[in-house]
This record gives sequence, C-alpha cells and structure tokens, in this order.
Amino acid sequence: MNAGAAAAVDCEALADDAWLLRLGREIDPAVNARVHALAARLRAQPPAWLRDLVPAYASLALFFDPAAVAADAARDWLLTQYANLGAGEVGSQDARDVEIPVIYGGAFGPDLESSAAELGLSPQALIERHSGALYTVAMIGFAPGFPYLSGLAPELALPRLATPRTEVAAGSVAIGGAQTGIYPRPGPGGWRLLGRTPLRLFDAGRAAPSLLQPGDRVRFRPIDAAEFARLEAAS
Amino acid sequence: MNASASLRNDAWIDVINGGALSLVQDQGRDGWRHLGVARGGALDPDSAALANMLVGNPADAAVLEFALQGPSLRLPQPLRLAVLGAQCEARFDGAALPLARPVELPAGTLHLGGMREGARAWVAVSGGIDLPQVLGSRATDLRGGYGGVDGRALRKGDRLPIGAHAAIEADAPRAPGWWIDPRAGHDPLAPIRYVASTAPALRDVVLAVGQREWRVHPASNRQGLRLDGDALDALSASGLSEPVAPGTLQLPPDGRPIVLLADAQTVGGYARLGHVIAADLPRLAQLQPNQRLRLRACGADEAAAAQAAARAERARLELAIAARLRG
Repeated sequence: MNAGAAAAVDCEALADDAWLLRLGREIDPAVNARVHALAARLRAQPPAWLRDLVPAYASLALFFDPAAVAADAARDWLLTQYANLGAGEVGSQDARDVEIPVIYGGAFGPDLESSAAELGLSPQALIERHSGALYTVAMIGFAPGFPYLSGLAPELALPRLATPRTEVAAGSVAIGGAQTGIYPRPGPGGWRLLGRTPLRLFDAGRAAPSLLQPGDRVRFRPIDAAEFARLEAAS
Repeated sequence: MNASASLRNDAWIDVINGGALSLVQDQGRDGWRHLGVARGGALDPDSAALANMLVGNPADAAVLEFALQGPSLRLPQPLRLAVLGAQCEARFDGAALPLARPVELPAGTLHLGGMREGARAWVAVSGGIDLPQVLGSRATDLRGGYGGVDGRALRKGDRLPIGAHAAIEADAPRAPGWWIDPRAGHDPLAPIRYVASTAPALRDVVLAVGQREWRVHPASNRQGLRLDGDALDALSASGLSEPVAPGTLQLPPDGRPIVLLADAQTVGGYARLGHVIAADLPRLAQLQPNQRLRLRACGADEAAAAQAAARAERARLELAIAARLRG
C-alpha cells in the first residue's frame, strides 16, 4: 500500500492532540482484531511524543504531545503504520487468556431468572451458554477497568433495563444488548446482572491496575458460594 | 541563609470546610486511557502550573482546585501560597488577601469564598500537596475513586501534608505589589471555538450548534459541560462506542450537546459533532451555572494558532514571574 491508499482511510481529528482512525463501523470480531493488532504494532516502538492509545471496537485513538510533534506528522506516522500492517497480522502478541470465576444467580445475579425466562431458557442453560463461550476484550472504557466483551452468542442479546439501577455491586457480570461486561466499581448501571466475580477488576494501587487488557481472551467459570467467599477473601 | 537548616517537610493544612467542590489536582495522568483511566488533572492546567511557579514549585506539583465557593483552611504554621484563576473572595484571619501573586502567611485561617467572576481557581502551596501518586499523578479522579484524598472532594477534618519547602517566618501576611494576569486582553464573551466533525451525516447539526445560544446547565461537572437551550435534531447514531477526549462535543438523543472536560470518560457512544479547541477549554472551566455562551466553528489551522499563542503567553508569564521572583 502507498501513502495515497493510506490517505483514503477514515482518520479524523478527535482533539487538537488526538487522531481517531476508523477501521470499520460496526461490531465485527475481525475488525476488532485488526484494531488490537494495530495497537500492538504502534506500541512496539512508541515515539517519544506518543501519550496514549485507545483501541475501541472498530477504531483507535492516538494521543500525542502537541508541543513535541506536529499534528500532521503524528497522523502520517499513524497512517504509515496502518498501511504497513500485514493482512495476516490480526492478533495482539501480548493477549492473554484470563479465567473469571463467577457465581451466577441469587442475590449475586438478580436478573438471571428473568433474563433466562425472556430468552426462553432455563437459568442453568443460560449459565452454561454464557460461561461456555470464549470472549475477547474488545475495549475497556466507561469506567477504569470496565471490559466490553465480544463473543456473546447473538441469541443471548438482551435489551438494557428500562430504568437503570442506581447501585450495581462491584464485580457484577452483566449483559447489555449484544455485549457482556463486568462492572469494576459500585455505581449506577442498566445492564442485566447475571452474576458476580470476586476478582477485583481494577485497583489503582496494583502494578497492573486492570485485571484485563484490551485484546485479552476471557472465559467465565461458574463457582459456588463457598469458592466465591474464599476468592473474595484472597483478592 | 543556611539552606539545609531552613528546609521543612513537617507542614500541613487542615480543612475546616471543604467548600462546594475542592479537589487536589495536578497536570493529570497519561498512558492509561486504554484501561479506561481518564487524564483528569486541573481544568486549566496552565493556571495550575503558573500558580505553582509563583511559589517556586515545579509545574506538576499538586494544587487545590476549587469551584464557586472555596474551602476554609487552617494553617498551623507559616506557608507561602498563591491563589490564581477566578476573581474570588480570599480572606486571611478576616483581612482581604490579594490574588495572583505569592503571599507569605503566618499560622491562621484562610477563607476562600464566592466568585465575582469565573468559576474556578487554584491554590498552590510552596512544597506542593504531598499526597501519594496514583498511576503517576496526584490528581483526584472522582469517578475512579483514586488520587487526591481517597479519590474524593475535600471535607472537614482532612489534613493535607505539604512537601519539603524553604521554611518562612511571618508574623503577618506579606504580599508583593505585583501580580500576574493570565487572562489580560481576553474577551470572556467571545464564542468558544470548535473544530467540526467532517462526517457528511452530521453537517446540518454541526452547523446548527454554532447558530444557537446555549446556557450552562447546572448539572455540569468536571466530566462534561452540559449545554441547555433549544434542542438540536436528534440523530439516529449507531451507538458504537468510540474513543472520546476532553473537548469532544457530544450530542445525546435529547438534542442537548455536552462538551467533555478533563474528567472525560475514554469512550462514548453518542454522536460526536467535533471538538472544542484546546486553547478554549480553560475558558469552559470558568463558566458559571446558567451562564450564556456561543460556539463558533473554526479550522484546524486556527486551533493550532490559538494553541501556539496560548503557549507563548504562558512562556511570557513564566519569564515575568521569574524576573519578579529574582528581583
């Protein structure tokens, strides 16, 4: 690819100090894998002026230090790296497999039964379907450490609650639309709560503050109350 | 003067009253946005940096940012500090205290009151507020719940440790006759400039946002400035979340735009009309609730020129401060 082809890519100023590169316009695992491959490539040899990269579902933001580089030069670097991204370069090199233990239902997942009924499944079948899939951290956002997971079976999609809860417990595992995610902190939320993990999704005091990184692969493992209590005490 | 004997690191400030919203802030945190961590930091980083310079601190030392109604603070020992930003009431043991210059204060009580003009000001203390860094910054992140004092606004009973600084002796407040004015020559009523999104589907609404008069909704906060007024046409946005940034001009389904500020979340699904230019973001921090404002579209060239002018102005003020501190 040459510079002319790269210039045709959808790249827009997100701020005076940031560019937004769009690789697609919808939730598509292949596009998201390209986003993470590009992020890994950009991060491999970061210029001194690079402040931040934000990979999202189908786009990537690059933040630069405007005192250290001209906006156009930062964009050219981004477009050149994108143009050089190999067709087969689809995964992030440092993506990890992470298992998330979850206690489903009851007080930990107050929407499990109603969600299952709405989907025409038994609660146990919904648990098996939800925990049987392999997910990818499509992006992290909304709150520190909040993973938007792709890979939910389309037939498990559920509309958000008409009225969001004012308080959702930290660790709540939920479905919102065609996505599933985990609330890192207590707060308001409108997704359907299926269960809860005792793991701490985000802790600013840890060397690796976020349990998950964009591009990581995630599996949920059903656990019982005893294991939840044991893991919660340990985390 | 014996420098080693005159350094002290045992000073602190007690909070008597936290005021409307007083936060420990600095220049913010970079490098964590991919994990959902906001940049945060002072809503006017240049004012925070200049306040620091007035008291001999590095630009990124932690300061207090306060909004609308300031805090009341007790100084158990003498301190050098500077208040910069909005025209606010400042009294020390009852006597008026001048703004925008270094002041040396004995032990006593500092009341920072209401704003005559503007909405936010910054207090720098010689030595800086010496709280632990979290993710490379002392900035309070209210939504994340970290940084500053336990990730929250100041309240009565908080104790702020002050970092190592040259000890001073003062029996009464002392202030020089000079001051700095970072907003000299600025027109506070000039429209806020934004660079419009180039998406064809947004063309009409992007133009309309610049044609109406807006009012600052009182529910605005450090995450977003909500604009109240005649609603714009709602868009059937895809809702696919994309990265956003401080300055992003969002249009929620209710047709009333939101300008994201320093505590902006990292991704968002609302339609993005463009972004307010960096040079005008500090002006948004000074808008009071219900105040009127207009927006004006401009090009990237004008945004870059305005930012270069802001950098030059800061450099000019830094030179002036350095000269006066020497003199």
